[in-house]
Amino acid sequence: MNAQDTTAPLLSVRGLSVRFRMRGGGQVEAVSGASFDLAPGSCLALVGESGCGKSVLASALLGLLPGNAETAGTAHLAGRTPDEPAVELLTASEQQLARTIRGRRVGLVPQSPAAHLTPVRTVRAQLEETVRELTGRRGTRSALRAAAEAAAERAAFPLDHLDRYPHQLSGGLAQRAASALALVGDARLLLADEPTTGLDRDLVERTVDALRRHADDGRALLMITHDLAAAERIADRVAVMYAGRLVELADATDFFGARGPRHPYARGLLDALPDRGFTPIPGLPPELGALPAGCAFAARCDRATDRCTTLPALSGGVACHHPVGEPATAGALVKEPGRARTA
Amino acid sequence: MLELRDITAGYERKQPVVSGVSLTVGVGESVGLLGPSGCGKSTLARVAALLHRPEGGMVVMDGETVRAWRHRAPRELRTAFGVIFQQPRLSADPRLKLADLIAEPLRATGRRTEAAASVAQWAPAVGLTADLLARRPHEVSDGQLQRACLARALVLSPRWLICDEMTAMLDASTTAALVQAVEDYRARTGAGLLAVGHDRTLLERWCDRTVRWSELREATGQAGLPDPAR
Ligand code: SF4
Repeated sequence: MNAQDTTAPLLSVRGLSVRFRMRGGGQVEAVSGASFDLAPGSCLALVGESGCGKSVLASALLGLLPGNAETAGTAHLAGRTPDEPAVELLTASEQQLARTIRGRRVGLVPQSPAAHLTPVRTVRAQLEETVRELTGRRGTRSALRAAAEAAAERAAFPLDHLDRYPHQLSGGLAQRAASALALVGDARLLLADEPTTGLDRDLVERTVDALRRHADDGRALLMITHDLAAAERIADRVAVMYAGRLVELADATDFFGARGPRHPYARGLLDALPDRGFTPIPGLPPELGALPAGCAFAARCDRATDRCTTLPALSGGVACHHPVGEPATAGALVKEPGRARTA
Repeated sequence: MLELRDITAGYERKQPVVSGVSLTVGVGESVGLLGPSGCGKSTLARVAALLHRPEGGMVVMDGETVRAWRHRAPRELRTAFGVIFQQPRLSADPRLKLADLIAEPLRATGRRTEAAASVAQWAPAVGLTADLLARRPHEVSDGQLQRACLARALVLSPRWLICDEMTAMLDASTTAALVQAVEDYRARTGAGLLAVGHDRTLLERWCDRTVRWSELREATGQAGLPDPAR
């Protein structure tokens, strides 16, 4: 727990912004000024609803943004050995990313395993091909075979199922096969993009437990998800994204425990869970192409005041003028917190 | 009452995915059907919504035995059901603006003139704002599109709602909002609900009673059938 406090970060993101130029001259600011650190051995869950920018952030780290995207800020991947020097992910060339980063130093656990497995080839064939790609065809047959089996073992994929085709696997094993592919290069940083979407609850639990083990093995894990229960099960820290901005960055124990989230949006999200209040947040999120001035959550927020027309900066882990758990400032709130809505 | 009696259904001959299953939803009742993905519960939901013809068994609605499915079913029977699926993108015509998507069932039943008033009524009920109604599916999020699909399911005032993993792709707040919209509709109209899903916490919070697919199969004496989810 809290490995990030004692270990140097493997990934350091500062002021990351992603903006899309649209046809007709408009711009969409999909991610604005995101900053966070991720240390080996720890898991950060990036949560938020679909369209909030969290998947765009992951694509930016992998250099997989479409051509009309512009990025700003830095995403520093620390070096470990002379073979693996430190690299700046946002400015690295596509060639460098393809040859030395993706799959080798940053592994992607995909959203839908089916989309990442080739239906007509066995799991073993696909693993061996990935090994061949990553090692540049060096090594003997038996070395290839051993490397593929090692990757399968890392993902807890049973070796006696390696010669099966994807359609012969259960959902859980297909997810593990996809994870094995992500682990072939033994990347120290893993990005998991909605790895549990559409899975049954027990499969969700097994999948995130497997991911957690990779973090416990010393990898750094960034899990992007809208599934708060999955985040609670796996994460050391939670980052909440709303309308392209990180609005809260908290210790998972605090966030899911007695203290609870401090940002009103994060609170609302948690309170919407069926085992909590089951109460939706009123209204809809704003368009990323037409964000209001000031706090983007203001129109839906029951703590909003005049101050909220200026953009709150992230400080002390929360970007809010009136975070929960802090005394209201000078006459801003007149009633009980959580209920007040001044003119 | 909606009765599914001894239903056997599937897509290939001799390979039923549902075999001898019975389930009853009372008038105004909400029943959650809980099971893992791939177990056949979605097929049962499609049979219940008259979208898939079973190979065996009977569907009885308010005492009347259903004899035809899909487009062959009489209109009064077909329109008694509102159906929402897991993936809104698969069930939404990408060319339609959300307003037209919501009004689709009205046009299909010759009630085109009611479209504008109906959309104005149903869009706010599912939390959609006017600017979104002019967009096409690729211009809105999954959650917003699912809200439109729910409005489309409600627009003919069905007596039964069948929600097949309606919220499986959605975040917690959108899930709670859609469930609330369904429950508001049911409180007003007394419609019955069959909610199919894999999230026990959600179904138990949402529905009057929740039955497990495995219990259903045992109760109907087919424990011998292999569980395709394993
Ligand atoms: S209190 Fe103000 S700053 Fe904080 S979330 Fe609400 S509107 Fe935003």
